[in-house]
Amino acid sequence: MTDLVTEPAAEVAVAQAHGELPSWRLLLRRPTFIAGVAILVFWVVCAVFGHAIAPQDPLAQQLLATNKPPSGAHWFGTDQLGRDVFSRVIVGARTILVISFFATLLGTVVGTALGLMMGYLGGVVDIVTGRLVEAVLALPLLVVAFLFVVAIGPSPLTIIIVIGFVFAPLIARTVRAAVLVERQQDYLASARLLGEGSAHIMFVEVLPNVLPAVLVEFTVRLGYAIFTVASLSFLGFGVQPPTPDWGADFSANYGVLPAGYWWMTLFPALAIASLVIAINLVTDSIEQVLAS
Amino acid sequence: MTATEDAAAESVDELAPTLQVEHLEVTHRVRGNDRRALRDVTFQIGRQESYGLVGESGSGKSTVALALTRYLPSNGRVSGGRITINGRDPLAMNTAQLRDLRARTVSMVYQEPGRALNPSIRVGRQVAEVYETAGLDRATALDKSEAILRTVQISDPGRVMRQYPHQISGGMAQRVVIAMALASEPSLLILDEPTTALDATVEAEVLDLVAALRTDFATSVLFISHNLAVIAKMCDRVGVLYAGELLEEGPAQEIFDQPRHPYTVGLLRCIPRRGQRKDHGRLDTIPGFLPTPGHTLPGCVFAPRCPIAEQRCHEAPPPAFPVSPVRSSRCYLFAATSDLPRNTPVDVTLPSSRDGAEPVVSMQGLSKTFTAHGEAVQALADVSLRLQRGETLGLVGESGSGKTTLARVLLGLIAPDRGSVVELDGTALPAEAGARPREQLKALQIVFQNPDSALNRRHTVRRLISRPLSRLGGLSGARLRERLADLVRSVRLEERHLPLRPGQLSGGLKQRVAIARAFGGGPRIVVCDEPTSALDVSVQAAILNLLADMQAKEQVTYLFISHDLGVVRYLSDRIAVLYLGRLMEVGPAETVFAGPHHPYTEALLSAVPSIDGQRGERIRLAGEIPSAANPPGGCVFHTRCPRRLSTGECESTEPPLAEAEPGHFMRCHIPIEQLHVLQGNDSRT
Repeated sequence: MTDLVTEPAAEVAVAQAHGELPSWRLLLRRPTFIAGVAILVFWVVCAVFGHAIAPQDPLAQQLLATNKPPSGAHWFGTDQLGRDVFSRVIVGARTILVISFFATLLGTVVGTALGLMMGYLGGVVDIVTGRLVEAVLALPLLVVAFLFVVAIGPSPLTIIIVIGFVFAPLIARTVRAAVLVERQQDYLASARLLGEGSAHIMFVEVLPNVLPAVLVEFTVRLGYAIFTVASLSFLGFGVQPPTPDWGADFSANYGVLPAGYWWMTLFPALAIASLVIAINLVTDSIEQVLAS
Repeated sequence: MTATEDAAAESVDELAPTLQVEHLEVTHRVRGNDRRALRDVTFQIGRQESYGLVGESGSGKSTVALALTRYLPSNGRVSGGRITINGRDPLAMNTAQLRDLRARTVSMVYQEPGRALNPSIRVGRQVAEVYETAGLDRATALDKSEAILRTVQISDPGRVMRQYPHQISGGMAQRVVIAMALASEPSLLILDEPTTALDATVEAEVLDLVAALRTDFATSVLFISHNLAVIAKMCDRVGVLYAGELLEEGPAQEIFDQPRHPYTVGLLRCIPRRGQRKDHGRLDTIPGFLPTPGHTLPGCVFAPRCPIAEQRCHEAPPPAFPVSPVRSSRCYLFAATSDLPRNTPVDVTLPSSRDGAEPVVSMQGLSKTFTAHGEAVQALADVSLRLQRGETLGLVGESGSGKTTLARVLLGLIAPDRGSVVELDGTALPAEAGARPREQLKALQIVFQNPDSALNRRHTVRRLISRPLSRLGGLSGARLRERLADLVRSVRLEERHLPLRPGQLSGGLKQRVAIARAFGGGPRIVVCDEPTSALDVSVQAAILNLLADMQAKEQVTYLFISHDLGVVRYLSDRIAVLYLGRLMEVGPAETVFAGPHHPYTEALLSAVPSIDGQRGERIRLAGEIPSAANPPGGCVFHTRCPRRLSTGECESTEPPLAEAEPGHFMRCHIPIEQLHVLQGNDSRT
């Protein structure tokens, strides 16, 4: 009698061993993932509540306390204008995180749409878009960025658009490859026999199946975006002073590095590194869990 | 086991068994938990004996093979019992001894010949390597390789040896693998589903070959298969494996004729045999599912699915009872299995009424030419067929014969060549499904072979089944929910399955979802493209019953594609035989199966192994199916035809598809009377 009750339960249990829900649990079991997320959460908190957390006003100049090495009063020392480096690093998380996140998001959304069209529609669409994608891929990122910044003027929005524009083709290529795999599946033929249109098939049938690939690509690109934003700020095309920004602060102070004022450059650089490492840790974990 | 058996084994010492497995237990460690994959498996294989291990997927067949040669995955280990091969224990061997065992004593042949060969090394070098490992020099090794390839009946070994694995066909590759396995003259040859990936005609050849070589090489064979008929044909003795336990064991013919375990009885009843047809009654099924891996049952592993299980069956595992001196069964009630009650009542729900010959679909002059590497490949050549209301047309042929292309053209998934006409109720259909109006889309649906591919894995069952109802049926709201509930009930799914995704369902349940989808819009023709070949035997029976029920209820026409002739015969009213994209024979199912039949059909039929012993005279096809890019002139079948006329007519002119007897069409120069004499027809069932 009991078998009637136990059987279905057993069947569902088998399924869940291979299902999707536990992949989150698998992710949480990975120490690398936990470490990456912890660092990431720390910087996100700084970005959101930066001004509240920072012990001092990051813009306040103390001309009597310039170039001070790290001490109890100024954990990371002060810069050439006597501003607290620790506070500037904390508050500086905001610009870089916001810009990289939205730039990557823009690139992912545009790239995914392009990739779906290239992969599913194929034919002329694939050939024409494919050539355009290759053309964009051939352009050096920084040169494109210069052009945009000169044309539109330096602003966070410009940087978001530039990075999104350059990332979209890269993401499109990955998504296209994933769509080509899905195209072999019979569920697409099945959808066509229900008279579904191309848009429905692309976004409702195929898209959910390529989302894992999109997610991995998003996190990988986010890491690159942080580098790019920092580089552009370093070159002076990013956020304009006096807004605290890791790349810009590094750029403003590396000239005095030979004089022994290492703390002004080291701490922003460490912040950039820790953020990129955190994202890479998260990406690796996601990739491994999806592959297993 | 029994005292008499032990005594017998000891007294003839030189005939000590090649392989002895005693109380073997294998455990896998999965996410920190031990899962028992095999429990108390005991059997032995005598000198030159052929032993079959049969079981459904997940029963542990391959685990046995892997354990014997210590190829278990890194998380698996032998946690109990003993293995003895030629008197030695592989579990106690060091690396060098183990290498020697694998190189000289035991050889393995796997299911996919293509994956057993290294794609970047020429065949000749790979075969020669076996001899070089044994210590021969290069030149001798090459000579020996050529000789062994000749032994496995490769007519031009020199040419094959110069080729790369991708340049030879699957059947040829499997011969090469078998040649390599035999090169070391092993005492034990393990064949793990060696013909499952091959066509029936090729399978027959490979099986004949293995049977012949076994005697030549004096090798013991462990033959692993899910196919009962193949085991029946190939093996002296057989063991039935279920959930890691050997439930029944003994001489193959005795077990298949008089099974003494409820599982074996059920398994044999699931298969359409002896010309059984859908209007004779439903197939029996085995309800329930294989126990979850790692879930240990206190009693008999089969008890939850057994129709005669008693209290003790759920409490303590039954020991192996000796049914006879040579047979054993792990069932307390082994004496009562001969009149095991059916799980599925035999009665047919509705008589399938095929009154009046109103064609629903007619295909005229259907051709399809693909272009591959600048070459025109004709996948379909001038095929004309009519499908009538409520009938099943079985479509058979080897892979590459154009079965699937025909189905896809009919559905509008592939556009046929110019001049091809597909008509639904006398109206020509647009070539592309996208251009067909809703009424026409509704009429034609399909059940694919593999539900994993046919169901979007990100959508829930509810969404998968509702979509055709709203798209094609135009239903919404309460009426949709009502129809959904109806449909779910008629394919025997349950309400609780609706929020699940395909990945959470078993193979059989997934195929039910696919069937519900196909029937959602109220179709008139459903193409069934090998709907059961990805499923286990016990699940197959349930799906075939369901298809028969749905047809009887809705008067749907089936175009049923399958390589399994038993299944085709069970479900079909008429049969169409395709070869190289051409119709070779069309006729009522019983006429086509009873004969006289086209020589190609004859070959297909005699290639199929049967559980019920040998058929009469058997004919074999020589060689492989020719390339469709370059079909032979005259009758396309003449290159392989065993009944080719000596007049040269077969080589020069293509015979028309002529009506040999009322309703029975054949494309053959040989008159039907002569075929009748040649084939000795016959009450062949």
